[in-house]
Amino acid sequence: MAGIMKISAAEIKCDEEVDNNIYRFVRAKKEREKEESENMAGLMAGFGHYTHAVVRGIPASLAKEALRTSQAEVDLTRARTEHEAYVEVLRTRLGLEVVELPADESLPDCVFVEDAAVVCGETALITRPGAESRRREIEVMKEALKDLNLNIVEMTDENATLDGGDVLFTGREFFVGLSKRTNQRGAEILADAFKDYAVSTVPVLEGLHLKSFCSMGGPGLIIIGSSEPAQKALKIMQQMSDHRYDKLTVPDDIAANCVYMNLPNKGHVLLHCTAEEFPESVKVFEKLKDHMLIPVSNMEKVKVDGALTCCSVLISKNPSI
Amino acid sequence: MTTEAGSETEVKEKGEESAALPDQSETAKEESQEVANVEGEEKEKGKEKEKEGKGITRYLPTWFKKQKSQSQTSPTKEVPATEEPVSKGLEGEEEPAPEVNGHAEEVEEKEEVKSEEVKEATQPESNSNASADTEPPAKEEKVEDTTAKSPEETKETTDGEGAEEEKKEPEGHVEAETDGGESQTSIFQSPLRLVRKNKMKVVVCHVTLLDGTDFTCEVEKRAKGQYLFFKVCEHLNLLEKDYFGLTYKDNHDEKCWLDPTKEIKRQIRSNNWQFAFGVKFYPPDPSQLTEDITRYLLCLQLREDVASGRLPCSFVTHALLGSYTLQAELGDHEPDQPRPLDFISQLTFAPSQNKEMEEKILELHKSHRGMTPAQADLQFLENAKKLSMYGVDLHHAKDSEGVDIMLGVCANGLLVYKDRLRINRFAWPKILKISYKRNNFYIKIRPGETEQFESTVGFKLQNHRSAKRLWKVCVENHSFFRLNAPEPPTKARFLTLGSKFRYSGRTQAQTRLASSLIDRPAPSFERTSSKRISRSLDGAPVISITEAGSETAENGRDHRLELHSDSKAEEVDLGPVDVEAIPSQQQSPGRAEPAPSQSPLRVHGDNIYVRHSNLMLEDLDKTQDEVLKHQASISQLKRSFMEAPPPSPPQPNQWEKRLTSSPATIRVQQQQVSLEDKIASVLLSRRTAAEFYSAGAPPPCSVAEPPLDAAVTSCSAAAAPTAVCCSSLSDPVSAFSATEVLLLVSVPQTEAASADNTSSETKEPAKTTEVEIEETVVIQEVSRAPKPGVVTVTADLPAAPPAEHEPQDQKVKIEEEAAVVEEISPAKPEKASSDSESEEEAEYHPNVPASISQSQIPEEKEEEEEQMKEEEEEQKQVSAPVVPSLPVEASQPAELMSQEEEEEESKKEEMQVEEKKDDQEEKESGRETEDSTDDPMVTPEEEPEGLVLPEESAEAGPTEEPEQPKMNGEASLVEVDPRPQVICCSEQSHIEPINRLSFPLTPPPVVKTEMVTISDTFAAQKTEIATKEVPIVHTETKTITYEAAQLDGNGDGEPGVLMTAQTITSESLCTTTTTHITKTLKGGLSETRIEKRIVITGDCDIDHDQALAQAIKEAKEQHPDMSVTRVVVHKETELAEEED
Repeated sequence: MAGIMKISAAEIKCDEEVDNNIYRFVRAKKEREKEESENMAGLMAGFGHYTHAVVRGIPASLAKEALRTSQAEVDLTRARTEHEAYVEVLRTRLGLEVVELPADESLPDCVFVEDAAVVCGETALITRPGAESRRREIEVMKEALKDLNLNIVEMTDENATLDGGDVLFTGREFFVGLSKRTNQRGAEILADAFKDYAVSTVPVLEGLHLKSFCSMGGPGLIIIGSSEPAQKALKIMQQMSDHRYDKLTVPDDIAANCVYMNLPNKGHVLLHCTAEEFPESVKVFEKLKDHMLIPVSNMEKVKVDGALTCCSVLISKNPSI
Repeated sequence: MTTEAGSETEVKEKGEESAALPDQSETAKEESQEVANVEGEEKEKGKEKEKEGKGITRYLPTWFKKQKSQSQTSPTKEVPATEEPVSKGLEGEEEPAPEVNGHAEEVEEKEEVKSEEVKEATQPESNSNASADTEPPAKEEKVEDTTAKSPEETKETTDGEGAEEEKKEPEGHVEAETDGGESQTSIFQSPLRLVRKNKMKVVVCHVTLLDGTDFTCEVEKRAKGQYLFFKVCEHLNLLEKDYFGLTYKDNHDEKCWLDPTKEIKRQIRSNNWQFAFGVKFYPPDPSQLTEDITRYLLCLQLREDVASGRLPCSFVTHALLGSYTLQAELGDHEPDQPRPLDFISQLTFAPSQNKEMEEKILELHKSHRGMTPAQADLQFLENAKKLSMYGVDLHHAKDSEGVDIMLGVCANGLLVYKDRLRINRFAWPKILKISYKRNNFYIKIRPGETEQFESTVGFKLQNHRSAKRLWKVCVENHSFFRLNAPEPPTKARFLTLGSKFRYSGRTQAQTRLASSLIDRPAPSFERTSSKRISRSLDGAPVISITEAGSETAENGRDHRLELHSDSKAEEVDLGPVDVEAIPSQQQSPGRAEPAPSQSPLRVHGDNIYVRHSNLMLEDLDKTQDEVLKHQASISQLKRSFMEAPPPSPPQPNQWEKRLTSSPATIRVQQQQVSLEDKIASVLLSRRTAAEFYSAGAPPPCSVAEPPLDAAVTSCSAAAAPTAVCCSSLSDPVSAFSATEVLLLVSVPQTEAASADNTSSETKEPAKTTEVEIEETVVIQEVSRAPKPGVVTVTADLPAAPPAEHEPQDQKVKIEEEAAVVEEISPAKPEKASSDSESEEEAEYHPNVPASISQSQIPEEKEEEEEQMKEEEEEQKQVSAPVVPSLPVEASQPAELMSQEEEEEESKKEEMQVEEKKDDQEEKESGRETEDSTDDPMVTPEEEPEGLVLPEESAEAGPTEEPEQPKMNGEASLVEVDPRPQVICCSEQSHIEPINRLSFPLTPPPVVKTEMVTISDTFAAQKTEIATKEVPIVHTETKTITYEAAQLDGNGDGEPGVLMTAQTITSESLCTTTTTHITKTLKGGLSETRIEKRIVITGDCDIDHDQALAQAIKEAKEQHPDMSVTRVVVHKETELAEEED
């Protein structure tokens, strides 16, 4: 096995000069396979192999007070229903250990826990959300993560802002969107927190967060929206990276936000939008034959710019380390 | 003295042997190999020394040997006892080489002696260590040694690739040996040399190894970096050495990589011979390394990197890596032993290490139970390689807006960091050109899919030194990692030619291939890094470690923070962080936004001449080396040694191909344009000689003129008169039908380079992708002087000539300057690079390699060309000033050449007197493999139109005459190019091209053929000589022939008569004039041909052009009635580097 992998790797390298997509694709795939096969203990263990999820309830204040870029009306009940379904998928269907934090009415956006912390490996970076009103969201989150025995890194620099929604972890590196909510300093602190990984910055010209139009669909697979800003951002990411990424382009930017996991006994799992919301994009997802596809409705939360990834912090507790 | 004489004879004998009995030598070689294998162990001891001293030793009496061996042995002695066996084993493998040369018997003798010596050596350690200067007795020894050594040393140094490779190549070896012998001989013959020998000194180098120990080693003061590096690798028993290098601290206390191809002394520029051995290229996939020992060394480096903070990593990673380190060094965790606790706390795993981390390390260590050290190392590497900063070499810089950034050079390209954030990345394929000017560093970016124009991104470095350092690192990294083309041959060509690459080593691909051939049993080595550990002990708090493995979040965090700060301080020095996010600074990846000042055009202009200066100097050597390496590789493969991957077997061919394919055209064109300017500037100081060189369009006249005006000169008073008389009598109209003046000028530097250039230039323009490449080539040639080649330049075409000439001119210039600069040791040609400091700019086109670039980057070509042209012009103008920096390098080769030439000349003279020309050739070729023998030229020329006006003759001559010597590989080139300029490189330089019929069988360095030119007159004689197997020549010879139009030379030429042979030796010059007078009866007319061979040999200070001019002038004066129909300039350069 190892021998075979090596050979393929060598072949790949030979072709490095070739700049065509086929090679790139093949190579990326092979490299991924190799990486996966290499993923034993140690650093950068299996990407997407999560054991825990931290979620938070939806406060009633969400409907009225949650920050949003559009003026849509949020149906609180439906939103809660959706969220419960989402959590249920994590807990029941996927078997994650879910830590549910209570909602805080004074924090209308608190359901979007992703922005409050970035967890990678054993380290959790407690962010400093770009929106003033959300700063206190981190308190509960920090405690919860501490309880999970994660190494906590706090962003104490008052000049730094970072929303977890701007952080895309690909398994090999970080991309941090520089957006309205995240600044360079925040990205620097993230880079210091995760020294093992390259941290590249990507300007987010449109949309709220970097992950408002992209997410990971698997190791080495980036799901990307088809809008121009999204494509631009992807190009940047590809250029900035030493690694090769495949892309899966979906017609709708927001549909590009999916939750990927690689779970034992289940393999590749992808939580994505429903066909009701984005039928065209769902068709694209359905081409992913290797993935367990789980459509999750997100019609209400999206009105306040909440995407699928926003609603959970996924954690991989590796017993070996 | 006695010794010397003996050695000379020996050399000759050997040379003859090899020439006469190629088969035998080969068989002997094989045998010897076998023998070596069998006896290897026994011989090892001896061999060890032999490697160093074999060349010398051979020629030395026993007593002498002993002394020498002692001194040389010293490094070995110092090596820890444990190491010795290993190193010996290594050398054992190399053994065959020496024997191959045919010295097998001698070797054995030596060995015996040596083994004795070794024993002795151990005792008198003091001498060696004492670096001699202090101890009078020791000093004496050294002086002697040095003299003896110098040739040897040179050889080794020159070999470049390392003793192993060279030795493997039998031919090369023979050459080398001969070389050594020759140079020795020359020492005695040339007074200059004698003087020089006193200057040879041995210096003690201290090399800090990765485990923290010091390795002390004596090297000759002029030794190249390579020599020391190989010494170290030998000591370490390291075969996969291409990933490693030596560093030194420059005057500004900055760490620099020691260039293996340059003299150490010139690089360090201080008396502090302190170096550090380290990883230069971090293999992206360490699991592909072949040997555990290599991985071990890489581990040591990485441990240091991690512990120092150079390689930042998280707490968990620190712990994990530390645990693997423990496993590798201590083996399984033993729960009962408390020792690990103390031990761990004494180790440095991280910049800021705390108890918690140590606990974690211990905990993880337990989980590695059963893992072997090698496995633990591998795991260590597998984790370390994933770190984002693995293998990234960071350099401080500022972007166009003055913001502090870091530029990171790595296997994949150039990374731009701002405060540890990656804000941009330029993969190698994206980069079209890398250059620097003063303290600015530029990269030209290939246009993206949507962009039409390439853009140039500029960065400001702290000073020009750092800019250059960055540039060099980029060039090297690109070459090493990127140039692994699927096909070795292509790749080879790549490296060698296309790029201006200075990287002299093997690429990763080559290294991998080579290491895949390693077939030695895994060497045993001591893995304990306790030394390093102890070193870092200081101040480490002793903490008792509790078994509890639980990590507190707080601790972890704290730790990280600390690390963070530490790492900053230590390594990267990220400037004060700008609190404000500055997105604007980020450059859009697609197109970098060049500052206004950075517009490509401008950059080009600025950079252009850089090539001439920096590139030329630096690149030249490498090219040769590479070629040599390739050649050597073949033989290496046979031995299954871990040498460079075999490029295409026929090296010469590749070389030629390269030349052919290289886009010379553009350059030529450009040159034409600016030719005049160039010539003017270049020639300024030059005299007639210069004219010859420049003989392009206008120049031809100059060449011709001399003959006409001057007519025939009698070299020696006696001879001349006669000749004149005869001619005058027979030919009323034209007093002298044909007069040949052979001017032999030893111009060491130029030959090879010029040859290459010419050939490349000759090629069609279409091929040239980028002008720059061409330039590069030129540069290479220039620096390459050492390469053996005979270049025959015919001055036919006006256009073409300029191109060729230019390089020459430059070279010439260089020479002059060089001469002034210093006395150079003959053995080591210095590279221009040493001048690096003075150079402010350089360019490098990563992707450019000739053929490839064309296909891959077609878009660029036109633009580039245009730009190039513009630039070129600029360059030309600029070139003059720039050139001066080069001289240093060039000068050395020149010296060498001259000396050799002297020797040769002297020999030749003797030969001529005694024997016929033919014989001479044979003998010479036989004996002196390296030296180019000048065959007495017999010109059967017919009555030249020489009577005609000088101008006519001049023009006519050049046009038709050019007999192109067909060199092995070069022949094709020549043929291909219809162009007037024909440059042939033959290893052995003979000046044959008397008639059009000449066939020079000159082999490129690799080929074994001789160049023989057959003149009609003497055809018979010469034909016999035809092809011989000639050992590789160490000397580079260039022959430039300028002919006036000649009539049929068929003739019945009578054998020439040697009229006079005269040698005049002045302080700096040795001029030997040999005159042959040939009388031919043709249709009732008697034609007298006077052939004068003037050999000018000098150390460094010879202005060859002037000398040539002077010689021509004199010839004219002496034989006013005769016309000069042909001038053959034969330049010989010692190829120090070519020995491989």
